[in-house]
Amino acid sequence: MTSIVEAKDLRVHFSTSGGAETVKAVDGVSFAMNRGETFGVIGESGSGKSTLGRAVVCLLKPTAGAIRLDDADPYALSGAAFRKNRRDYQIVFQDPNAALNPRMRIRDSVREPLDILGEGTRAERNARAVAVLDRVGLRAEFAERYPHELSGGQKQRVNIARVLTLRPKLVVCDEVVAALDVSIQADMLNLFADLQREFGLTYLFITHDLGVVSHISDRVAVMYLGKFMEMGGADDIAERPLHPYTEALLSAEPVPLPSHLRSGQRIVLQGEIPSPISPPSGCRFRTRCPFAEDICASSEPEWRELEPGRYVACHFAGQVTKGRKS
Amino acid sequence: MTADKQPLLDVRGLGIFFRTEAGEVQATRDVSFQLRPGERLGIVGESGCGKTVTGLSILGLLPRAQSRVEGQVLFEGRDLLTLSPRQLRAVRGRRISMIFQEPMSALDPVFTIGQQIGETLRAHRGIGKKEARERAVEALAQVGIPLPSRRVDEYPHQLSGGMRQRAMIAIALVCEPQILIADEPTTALDVTIQAQIIDLLFDLSARTGTALLFITHDLGVIAETCTRMLTMYAGEVVEDSPVDAALERPRHPYTSGLLRSIPRLSKRKTVLPSIAGRVPSPADMPTGCRFRARCVHGLAECEARQDLLDVSLDRRARCMRQAELTLPGAIA
Repeated sequence: MTSIVEAKDLRVHFSTSGGAETVKAVDGVSFAMNRGETFGVIGESGSGKSTLGRAVVCLLKPTAGAIRLDDADPYALSGAAFRKNRRDYQIVFQDPNAALNPRMRIRDSVREPLDILGEGTRAERNARAVAVLDRVGLRAEFAERYPHELSGGQKQRVNIARVLTLRPKLVVCDEVVAALDVSIQADMLNLFADLQREFGLTYLFITHDLGVVSHISDRVAVMYLGKFMEMGGADDIAERPLHPYTEALLSAEPVPLPSHLRSGQRIVLQGEIPSPISPPSGCRFRTRCPFAEDICASSEPEWRELEPGRYVACHFAGQVTKGRKS
Repeated sequence: MTADKQPLLDVRGLGIFFRTEAGEVQATRDVSFQLRPGERLGIVGESGCGKTVTGLSILGLLPRAQSRVEGQVLFEGRDLLTLSPRQLRAVRGRRISMIFQEPMSALDPVFTIGQQIGETLRAHRGIGKKEARERAVEALAQVGIPLPSRRVDEYPHQLSGGMRQRAMIAIALVCEPQILIADEPTTALDVTIQAQIIDLLFDLSARTGTALLFITHDLGVIAETCTRMLTMYAGEVVEDSPVDAALERPRHPYTSGLLRSIPRLSKRKTVLPSIAGRVPSPADMPTGCRFRARCVHGLAECEARQDLLDVSLDRRARCMRQAELTLPGAIA
């Protein structure tokens, strides 16, 4: 079976300062997503993960490289066909407030995509909106309310409902649980899993939260400064990272365990993520890498399949990482 | 651990009220806890549980016209709630400091970092401009800011988020306060930068003996930073315990629920145990146990008001079933 998404050396650059400088937000990323899987992307702010998510749903056009959706080039389509095709690939954003019009009732917001589609009568579309709201756990009475009358978690459910009305194949979830309290977050993650089973959805799950990404994902990619550092099965990545950056990320995450169950050996990375305008030569992570050597500055490590299904870009992949704490 | 030491801060029966158009609402009720010298106490709970207002009330930072605070905040033999604004200013920034989640809104954009550190020093220590600048450079070096003698003349917008939070910490600690109140200081930061800031706060607290009051929703941060934790729910303290004991065997169903809903403590791809429902609004607080509607262990007796019961010498929980229930903690 062909992949639902295939990216080949995908690049998305932005020019700033009147074109004098180029921000290389996504700078050469290749991967393929399987139908029905959850593909997690983790990375710090500025790693380019949101830009990648937008490029996948055609909200941003690649500067170079290619994106294929269901084995077709979406940009080969003309206006109307392009828009129709895009319905299958949807995105939900982090801030549940910013995504809803404060002056529209919830039902109208959820019905809007169907109105644009122009399917059925208004009454039928209303009924469908209410049914989808019910599916994400919001009773009919919520349909009459305005966004300010809902909590953050409820608003995020509305945003999911809006997307579901179009019966997409793929949903990009960009930090969708980051703004929520942990108990509400657990509810939402359960809902995402239920919807995936019911509608056969494929998720591209973007988050900075390692706990969330390891819980929900089948496969995980670790992004740093516009490139993937490592990609593989979620358990493998969590238990046996091959790239020093992955290991440092895992080790930095505070663990809610009693002190005798924590190893206490945390790798604290020095410094911060460099500017994507002028990324370091060679390996982009080398300026913060505790194992960097001369070769890391002079030559860029190749993106290679070190083990079946496990890709990594590091000259010393698997040789310097020790496996995770706790 | 330090139960024999005199408390540095003794909060007794703190009740915070806000005036709203619909009348007065109560944000916290009967919040009592102690902070001992050098201790690191974490306050945990979901949004709207009263963590932040509790921190703000200690330093008299709630808007006076819209709020009313009852109870006592005893510090160095005085009740901070009875001090005049002038007396409070002598405490703030010198004896007790506070840092916030968003350093960009807490720093003044039109003054350099050095001027802002110097302001604190000159207000409390009465030293001159030149000496203040030198001390500011030292303070920046202490919180791990590279090239401190250059950074001291920079403005907040020239610093990254992590560096701004370091600068905030430098301002807060420059007068060597007894207590640092940190309200979600790492929430806006990346996990790698968060690790740097946690280590910094931990080291500074261990080195200078500054006690920490760490307000956060992240139990992982509490586990790695604090010695004691206070769980707040709907404006009340529901559990007060040494951190390890609470993580191993929580005594309040809410603490247990918070822990169990953390994804990393569950097996991958399994259903996460969540806490059904949401925090009740202060305007519509249930009588009796405030967690009752969301609790799977509730009984008819829970409709009676629940007191904070002693679990052991150094633990308390606001649940009448605390002794009989075996609640799952970080290890189920």
